[in-house]
Amino acid sequence: MFARYLIQRIGQVIPVLLGISAISFLLMHLTPGDPAEIMLRADGIQPTQEAIAMTRITLGLDRSIPEQYLSWLVQLLQLDLGISYSSGRPVMSELMMRFPATALLAGGALAAAMLIALPLGIGSALYPGSWLDRLGRLIAMASASMPGYWLGLLLLYYGAVKLKLFPVMGMEGARSIVLPALTLGCGMAGIYIRLIRANLLEELGKLYVTAARAKGLPEWQIISSHALRNAVLPSLTLLGIQTASLLGGSVIIESIFSWPGIGKYAVDAIFAKDYIVIQGYVFMMAVIVVMVNLIVDLIQLLLDPRLRLR
Amino acid sequence: MSGIKNNYGIRLGLVIVLAYGLIALFAPWLAPADPLHVQMSHKLELPSWSYPLGTDHLGRCVLSRLIYGTRTSLLYTLAVLASVFAISIPVGLIAGYAGGRIDQAIMRLIDVLLAFPSLILSLAITAMLGPSMPNLLLSFAAVWWAGYARVIRSVVLQIRSRDYIQAAIASGSSHGTIMVRHILRNAARPILVLASVEVGTILLAIAGLSFLGLGAQPPVPEWGVMLSDSRPYMQTEPRLLLYPGIAIMIAVLGFNLVGEGLREQRKDARAA
Repeated sequence: MFARYLIQRIGQVIPVLLGISAISFLLMHLTPGDPAEIMLRADGIQPTQEAIAMTRITLGLDRSIPEQYLSWLVQLLQLDLGISYSSGRPVMSELMMRFPATALLAGGALAAAMLIALPLGIGSALYPGSWLDRLGRLIAMASASMPGYWLGLLLLYYGAVKLKLFPVMGMEGARSIVLPALTLGCGMAGIYIRLIRANLLEELGKLYVTAARAKGLPEWQIISSHALRNAVLPSLTLLGIQTASLLGGSVIIESIFSWPGIGKYAVDAIFAKDYIVIQGYVFMMAVIVVMVNLIVDLIQLLLDPRLRLR
Repeated sequence: MSGIKNNYGIRLGLVIVLAYGLIALFAPWLAPADPLHVQMSHKLELPSWSYPLGTDHLGRCVLSRLIYGTRTSLLYTLAVLASVFAISIPVGLIAGYAGGRIDQAIMRLIDVLLAFPSLILSLAITAMLGPSMPNLLLSFAAVWWAGYARVIRSVVLQIRSRDYIQAAIASGSSHGTIMVRHILRNAARPILVLASVEVGTILLAIAGLSFLGLGAQPPVPEWGVMLSDSRPYMQTEPRLLLYPGIAIMIAVLGFNLVGEGLREQRKDARAA
């Protein structure tokens, strides 16, 4: 069963990946002007007509668009995203070099979100209508309405400038992750508070909980070892969906905190007009989103035996 | 709609949204000064009678810039929403109504577009076209229509199977009439709810990309631009950070309250 599902699921992913590659490819053709000229100008020299013509040939720009796409696809299969105009290094290795920082930040953000959402979500499900429930609602609403970039600047001001508890920028020591992770985590917390509350409320109303209570199990044990497990599992799917917004959010937050991840790299590339980096970045982000969703699906299948029967 | 009266959240949201709308509309009368007037001799002044919120690094009136910023943000958000609908409504209608291969092709495109983190794809399109507000709007429309079209399609699919549509087909109505008069009209409400839920997100994203320098360009009075303008003065003039952030947050909160409230009402209406 599992093998068949796996093959089916991978079969669904391939056309999406092809589509992603096509859109990323077409992005390059949105740039005003000739990519060959832009690339030569990035070196800071006034290019001659011959130099432009030569570069067009080396970049393959003299060929038709379908031909160019095919050769780009072949390139992609070899994990080659081209050479950065500004650094002269392969885009893939530049991205890979910065990826751990972004992954670390995403992990930190998730941990921060859970630290906020778990107690509030559980508390508001156990005591609906209480002050805790109202606090949970308030924080969930604030979390959805707060501009992350603004929260980041505020945390930077209070945490780093005023109280000097954390470094102002960059990635120096373990403390430097606290502010950017908290900023991103606060934005995500709201949705988890609601989800955990709703799911836990639903689970607590189910028969197995009544049975456990009738059996005389202590309440904390019913919650922690039965209801909570079933309530938290659906947030895994959300995690897949949230990867996209987490990666999107990290672009702005990384630039605010000068966090040396791929988001900041992309923003720097935008202002350096390093179009090939932007193209590679967009492509990789979409691939990551697709892959994370695939992995989340499979993990769910392993964790929840009920899904395997379908 | 009687539920609105009993729903505290929607009412608060509507008041906020209405207030912002009025501020945007009457900006020239409300603003105490010209938002673009540079006065280097008055730079970074503290609040006073002539400048209620003080002045920024170029001696411009902060309150006036905030007030005109309301105009910029609301106008751009509405423009994005309008262009998103201009694409997603016809596409969703056609996909849902036509079905078959056309539907399949459209859905594949939507799947691919939705695989991209929307903010990142918008960012990239703007970067390729060159950072400016019109290009930002274009990039938003090009990316955000996909999610809407998918929802509209599913609404259309639900409506299409109803008896009155079959009756309209049997009585010989043209496809155009059926799509617009029977389906679109009944889909209008869920579409509006969807829009109200997402207005806040769009506003937030526009200000965010403007903050990065990809949207509104200085000296345009826009909240994201004001935030990034005040960043270098964070240590000495942190109050300049506060105003645009609060303006954005309350606006988004207002839209979210209305959107959430409408969505809950729809849920209740369905359950009833």
